[in-house]
Amino acid sequence: MSPAKKKNSDAYLRMYRQMARIRAFEDNANQLYLSAKMPGLTHMYSGQEAVAVGICEALQTTDHITSTHRGHGHCVAKGAEFKPMFCELLGKEEGYCRGKGGSMHIADQTNGNLGANAIVGGSAGIATGAALSARQLGTDAVTVCFFGDGALGQGVLYEVMNMAALWKLPIIYACENNLYGEYTKVEEMAAGALCARAQAFGIDAFEVDGQDVLAVNKLTQDLVAKCRAGQGPFFVQLNTYRYHGHHVGDINRTYYRSKEEEADWRDNRDPITNFGAWLTQEKLVSPDELDAIRDEIAKDAKAAVDYALAAPYPAISEVDMHVYAHSA
Amino acid sequence: MRKITLSQAVNEAIAEEMRRDETVFLMGEDVAEAGTPFKVLSGLVEEFGTGRIIDTPISEPGFVGMAVGAAMTGSRPIVDLMFGDFLFLVMDQLCNQAAKTHYMSGGKLNVPMVLRTNLGATRRSAAQHSQSLHALVAHIPGLKVALPSSAYEAKGLMKTAIRDNNPVVIFEDKLMYQDKAEVPEDEYLIEFGKANILRQGSDVTLVATSSMVQVAVKAAEILADEGISAEVIDPRTIVPLDEETILASVRKTSRAIVIDEGHQSYGITAEIASRIAEKAFYYLDAPVLRMGAMDVPVPFSPALEDLTVPTAKGVADRARAIVRGDKANAA
Repeated sequence: MSPAKKKNSDAYLRMYRQMARIRAFEDNANQLYLSAKMPGLTHMYSGQEAVAVGICEALQTTDHITSTHRGHGHCVAKGAEFKPMFCELLGKEEGYCRGKGGSMHIADQTNGNLGANAIVGGSAGIATGAALSARQLGTDAVTVCFFGDGALGQGVLYEVMNMAALWKLPIIYACENNLYGEYTKVEEMAAGALCARAQAFGIDAFEVDGQDVLAVNKLTQDLVAKCRAGQGPFFVQLNTYRYHGHHVGDINRTYYRSKEEEADWRDNRDPITNFGAWLTQEKLVSPDELDAIRDEIAKDAKAAVDYALAAPYPAISEVDMHVYAHSA
Repeated sequence: MRKITLSQAVNEAIAEEMRRDETVFLMGEDVAEAGTPFKVLSGLVEEFGTGRIIDTPISEPGFVGMAVGAAMTGSRPIVDLMFGDFLFLVMDQLCNQAAKTHYMSGGKLNVPMVLRTNLGATRRSAAQHSQSLHALVAHIPGLKVALPSSAYEAKGLMKTAIRDNNPVVIFEDKLMYQDKAEVPEDEYLIEFGKANILRQGSDVTLVATSSMVQVAVKAAEILADEGISAEVIDPRTIVPLDEETILASVRKTSRAIVIDEGHQSYGITAEIASRIAEKAFYYLDAPVLRMGAMDVPVPFSPALEDLTVPTAKGVADRARAIVRGDKANAA
């Protein structure tokens, strides 16, 4: 293998591994819910892995992302570890947020993840502010604002896209169109073309297959470089699909989408299966090696779940800690 | 000592902090060349440029949300919200995002931002430009709320707000922008959570905020002429609240009236009055009274608007009644 091909191969395998890690994390999170071991509920990212991984693999640790209520995939893709993530889902002290945020508020500031957000569209301002901050402080950090098609209904998104365009901020608006906002089809809620909404502000907008990790990654690398060169912002519509319901408790959902539609995406458009097939077809890896990667991840995930289940809750003295930050 | 207006005091505070700390910037509607409709920020863009005094579109949720993100990533933004009434537009960004980020992240993310806005009626601006909405944000854990009552207070509290590592909402009384007070040329800060006792007294405690501090001081002067000794306390910040200074005063005077320009129902006056009732009940010789703005949208007509806000005479009347044990006039 030539050095260039080896370098690409390493990057591809890392993308495969990261997508498989997200899937393993979500499978375990779903089981924790179904076995009543997890407080509250959660929103599964399964099916959308190529979006988070394709984008985050084009970023540096010092770049920022903001995430959504369906945020485990973004968190893993930006570099988070299983143990503190499962601890957070279970409300344990060793969680990324000491158990105070939970599934919908995981933040991992060491890797530039400014946090999931339980308000749809709620992080659009934060993301654009992070991009403004990079300009004010003179860093070369780029911010990616992840949001779903549902957030297209929120006015604040258009306010901040307008300012990002006026001020040429280094931000990429990543609209994950998984076809449903909660229990309703996107076409019933969003008039006109989705990309046209950004184009109205003079923002270059792109539509990409969100199941194709290489396509997502290649586009993002290009846009990140342009952002660093002061040519932002950008808008990307990533067409994808969530395998589960709106949340883990949304089981009976044939009233808004058919089982045939779900099966078609799972069987024919799965981002991990299809990328694995391409890797083996290109002879960059053998099927056995891919199996070994997934087995290793499954073991890691199980060990992290067991660790989190046994981990202590925060001390009761934590309840009124961190309401205010200390000031000098 | 020199005297400057409240407007100049705010301007000086921001300029000093921007010189001291390069991460501080200011954004809002018409803040640069226009210097805001009240001209509070005039001159700042000439010194700091449009890179740090940033005019935004009329998009309050957008630029407040951006301040939250900027604060989370190493900047110290000041956002200018032209009228306190516009708080209703930014509630999600302020209360769901800014206020909760430090807690929800287990203390790992900070939001050191200042939202400066205003309060106060009797400017003939009607119901959407006259509200005093500080109780709404004081209700939300994670926000600090400062209420300067003079030029001196405005400068010291603003400088402290900018250096605080939390989201701070600071309300200026828009009718006081041209009021002058003695303000030292040397740098000073005013600590949050330390009330100011403006006037010592022994018969009744008047706890007053922001625009109502001068009303309480005038009421105390009226009462003094009648031989009634009123103590006047300005909490300066309602979050954090200096409960101890208020309670110590009430234990001494045995009577209290709480005066604030927010609506009376479910407001600041109710909160402070209930703390007095809970913690100093056995020292009281009379019911603790609340005097807030009337529970009506602020009317436009001067004949009506002036009825809605507590006055010095009104405060003096009720203080006199509780000091003399006149039940009919106290209630």
